[in-house]
Amino acid sequence: MDKFEKLTGIAAPMPLVNIDTDMIIPKNFLKTIKRSGLGVNLFDEMRYDREGNEIADFVLNKPQYRETEILVAGDNFGCGSSREHAPWAIKDFGIRCVIAPSFADIFYNNCFKNGILPIALPQEQVDVLMRDAEKGSNARMEIDLEAQTITSSDGDVFTFEVDEFKKHCLLNGLDDIGLTMENVDTITTFENDVLTDRPWI
Amino acid sequence: MSTPKTLYDKLWDAHVVHEADDGTCLLYIDRHLVHEVTSPQAFEGLRMAGRPVRAPERTIAVPDHNVPTTAGRDDPKNMTEDSAIQVAALDKNAKEFGIHYYPVSDVRQGIVHIVGPEQGWTLPGMTVVCGDSHTATHGAFGALAHGIGTSEVEHVLATQTLIQKKAKNMKVEITGKLRPGVTAKDITLSVIGATGTAGGTGHVIEYCGEAIRDLSMEGRMTVCNMAIEGGARAGLIAPDEKTFAYCEGRPNAPKGEDWDKAVAYWKTLFSDEGAHYDKVVTLKGEDIAPVVTWGTSPEDVLPITASVPSATDFEGGKVEAAQRSLDYMDLKPGTPLSDVEIDTVFIGSCTNGRIEDLRAAAAILKGKKVKDGLRAMIVPGSGLVRAQAEEEGLADIFKEAGFEWRLAGCSMCLAMNPDQLAPGERCAATSNRNFEGRQGYKGRTHLMSPEMAAAAALTGRLTDVRDMM
Repeated sequence: MDKFEKLTGIAAPMPLVNIDTDMIIPKNFLKTIKRSGLGVNLFDEMRYDREGNEIADFVLNKPQYRETEILVAGDNFGCGSSREHAPWAIKDFGIRCVIAPSFADIFYNNCFKNGILPIALPQEQVDVLMRDAEKGSNARMEIDLEAQTITSSDGDVFTFEVDEFKKHCLLNGLDDIGLTMENVDTITTFENDVLTDRPWI
Repeated sequence: MSTPKTLYDKLWDAHVVHEADDGTCLLYIDRHLVHEVTSPQAFEGLRMAGRPVRAPERTIAVPDHNVPTTAGRDDPKNMTEDSAIQVAALDKNAKEFGIHYYPVSDVRQGIVHIVGPEQGWTLPGMTVVCGDSHTATHGAFGALAHGIGTSEVEHVLATQTLIQKKAKNMKVEITGKLRPGVTAKDITLSVIGATGTAGGTGHVIEYCGEAIRDLSMEGRMTVCNMAIEGGARAGLIAPDEKTFAYCEGRPNAPKGEDWDKAVAYWKTLFSDEGAHYDKVVTLKGEDIAPVVTWGTSPEDVLPITASVPSATDFEGGKVEAAQRSLDYMDLKPGTPLSDVEIDTVFIGSCTNGRIEDLRAAAAILKGKKVKDGLRAMIVPGSGLVRAQAEEEGLADIFKEAGFEWRLAGCSMCLAMNPDQLAPGERCAATSNRNFEGRQGYKGRTHLMSPEMAAAAALTGRLTDVRDMM
């Protein structure tokens, strides 16, 4: 997995609440058996018309947001389906960090498995960053995972919370499966005990 | 005396393999359900790392999301190329990794969340995961069940565990009795309407109260199915005699001495008196009405007797979202919901594709005809549900009423197969999501119970089923 340490980049504002995974990547793009190549279809139905032409006023189509690396969004981002295609599409587009007042659980977890940092902040702080993001490509935000800080283009600094274990994995680009395999004997012991207690498993 | 525990606490404690100092746990997974859309990359990951499936005997696969629901579908030529590739990949992965598999040609094939309980794979006290958010369904058995992403699918395939931190406890109590015409679907939608789609975020919901106890297993599955729409990691209902009766004799349920031992254990799975909940929501059963959704979020719930709201009825970020929903749904504030005309009716999905749902729809449709010009479709949740509905004469009622009688699958719930709405089409649906584009590009979805969808099919508009009872 790609490491995430520091990121300085353009942030795009998407103030809508309840941005769901069907919006992030519509189902017609779930028929892939790969993880890559979904960036072009990120927010497909909001981004393109039926003929495949870009919709000019959609934020990521605007010239100043084409190189977006950070998304600032409304409450409950990533609700809906468990499709990991959503973070795959976000990552493939080039976005490595999403900031919102809250996230749906499964999406939040999926981000960490893909080198994306989701940051939940109180609404008032998101509002400040949203206004900063509205300034366009001259306003770059800085995210520092080690220090757990976001610095706006005006120099406002916000600190954020992140689970220690998830932070550790993201900073070091660690593969979960490899880590769990270190506990394989514990799993085997547990399995044997369970089969005695609950043989129907 | 030990600290009183919730049902979730008990299920959690019984599955912790390892706990790190920071509370990160390795949770053992008893059942892993797999479908064709969220698993190919996970199997590919195993292959690249040279890893086997750790517990193939606890892993069950079935294609459901992509499969057509029309005749001749076991011929890949009758599928779109990319769908056929995903189904073929699941075929291959199931064989190569030696997991249980119900191919399209098997009468037991169906929606993964209907097949699991039907085949007795889902049992009380288990942990159940699947790369699908509606895994919450299995919580109806008092199993800890939730959706996971593809990376976690690979993790469970390789290790039979999941890295988790414990969620908070939330209690949703539905007191008293439901009124006539009010169903499990109305309960679950009304709860989301009350708490919002983020109301359960970070929590596991335990549903309880007389109205929940009174529900059949099918109804309980409908309630838990949509826990995810309320933002919860999982929904749970404590097992009881109804649960045991449902499980007994299922192909993969324990038999003989093991059965007795299992039931004795299952009877310990309830929340202790005085157990702590971080959040409590109580609704009165008699206050719940037949409801429909008007917008593009499952929290946009109103009684069928209400009118379309205005964006200014809301606060904060919801104002813009509500306006966007009204525009997308092409609805004018103040219009009575029962005046809203529909083009399509879809009865099916893991929310409402079980035999009881079909019986309920048939009771409304018997001897009547679908409104002229309307497209109406019934998609049973599994091949066995379909067979049973045919045996009970329900299929004849549907066909005589003018419904298409389809083969089992997810179908128009998420429209990955050819069953889709055309742009601008409006659908009365028994599924679980009314998101933009969910049932087809620019399609418009109103969620409701099977009874309400059947009533809408007869009148061609959103309809209060109580007027037909």
